[in-house]
Amino acid sequence: MDIKDVEDLARLARIELGEDEKKDILSDMKGILEYVRTIESMEVKDAQPEYSAYNVWREDKNELREFSKELVTKQFPDEKDEFLKVKKIL
Amino acid sequence: MIDLTTLTIATARKKLDNKEFSAFALAQTYLREIKKKNGELNAYLEVYDDVLEQAEVADDRIAKGESHSLLGIPIAIKDNILIKGRHATSASKILENYIASYDATVIEKLKKEGAVFLGRTNIDEFALGGSTENSAFGVTKNPYDTSRVSGGTSGGSAVAVSANMALAALGSDTGGSIRQPSAFCGVVGFKPTYGSVSRSGLMAATSSFDVIGPITKTVEDAEIIFGVIHGNDVLDSTTLPFSPRTVLKKSPKGSSFFRIGVPWSLVNQDGIDSEVKENFKKSVKNLEGLGYKIKDISLPNCLPLYYIINFAEVSTNLARYDGVKYGLHVDGKNLLEDYLLTRGVGFGREARRRILLGTYVLSAGYYDAYYGKAQTTRASLKKEFTKVFSLVDLILTPTTPHPAWKIGEKNDPLSVYLEDVFTVTANIVGIPALSLPSGEASGKLPLGIQFMTSHGREDLLFKIGKEFEAISKDGP
Repeated sequence: MDIKDVEDLARLARIELGEDEKKDILSDMKGILEYVRTIESMEVKDAQPEYSAYNVWREDKNELREFSKELVTKQFPDEKDEFLKVKKIL
Repeated sequence: MIDLTTLTIATARKKLDNKEFSAFALAQTYLREIKKKNGELNAYLEVYDDVLEQAEVADDRIAKGESHSLLGIPIAIKDNILIKGRHATSASKILENYIASYDATVIEKLKKEGAVFLGRTNIDEFALGGSTENSAFGVTKNPYDTSRVSGGTSGGSAVAVSANMALAALGSDTGGSIRQPSAFCGVVGFKPTYGSVSRSGLMAATSSFDVIGPITKTVEDAEIIFGVIHGNDVLDSTTLPFSPRTVLKKSPKGSSFFRIGVPWSLVNQDGIDSEVKENFKKSVKNLEGLGYKIKDISLPNCLPLYYIINFAEVSTNLARYDGVKYGLHVDGKNLLEDYLLTRGVGFGREARRRILLGTYVLSAGYYDAYYGKAQTTRASLKKEFTKVFSLVDLILTPTTPHPAWKIGEKNDPLSVYLEDVFTVTANIVGIPALSLPSGEASGKLPLGIQFMTSHGREDLLFKIGKEFEAISKDGP
């Protein structure tokens, strides 16, 4: 792992990092990854990877729910006519 | 004057119902304590300005003859649990001005009971850490020694209860976040079975590990709160369809009925404080004195497995904080720059580090070696535990390898991760666990022991917890 890898990860995770922090994170990550890599030696007895996500269905009923519209819209960083305003993508 | 040091939820309930004191007077007494101590301890990030109004409402309900276990009981809430219309920050700059738009399910339940919310308590940012040193709003100090940490991530909640600044508190536990600060502060910390308490309205850290639970002064109080907050919830599809057992159905004849497993090789390894070992052995002896059978079992070190899944889920869960819909927004030249700047400035160091680590273990090329292997190992471990619980009823370990450390002493993040060695296992497998005060190390620093048991058997934990509590109080 090198600084370039840290920069790639930071870009993928959408986080701006300062030059000093990149170095710190690189050294922290090396130590931490070396440690968690020891998972290789953990014994696995006939098990499949488990992904506990499953669908829970609920009745398709029209229920009155409160959405606190005002609390939500008041916190938009930018808005126009009660709609969230975002920067143009293209 | 109300004596807060000996007060519990159970005794306060009787006194409130008998009109020995009002909820108003009780709340007032706590507000006074908070005012005296919070400047130094920093347990609360905010004390609500309507506490006395809430207490008056509770008094009205009591006057009308209502009685619920938590009616008029002053409670502190960890700052990652939403209360509608109030600030909720997870101790992060990125949510500094965020106001919750709905109630967490646990809050809804507490409101129905008429509990009084005193304020929101400090945590490690987004529940990432083990000392409350990662809060963007200052460290929470240990009331037994203010040069030391409170533990974390529910440090503020544990200190609030320990220093009589709340009668009880809610915390959340991802890898020990209720139990470890409770052990450091000499109080009871209970992590329920995964899925027994709804996570709706709890800010997600590691969704497959997180659970809300109580921090209290006694086991009975933890049982009372759990009785209120547990239950299936349509808003959290991972909640269990059945309720865990809270009362022993069949009262066994004599306590020798229970077998307690102790993973001696894990407890006796280097790196565990000698006073912790000594205290633990004494606790084991006391339990043997009560008639419990102790059995040596083997448990693996689950830290690598825990942290891989933690990093992966944290990086995914924290992706939602992007400055677009709520929270901090730092304006850049374009949308990408908005993201980079907002998240760069808004997240603290530990959050940034774990997001990057999570991105790494989930990236193509490393996925199989880290995340894939961790999930397979997790499945295997769950099977192992089914076997272990056919041999023993309970598992006993110290809660932490050391007592509370000095603030600033641990600069290396890995050294803090290693402190979770006894607590993470319960989260990986999803079983309930209870941390109890078990004595003191030199310098009057509290120590704790932890019981674990199989899914949905909180009844066993409450039973043995009360017995252990009784012998700790009266001496063996």
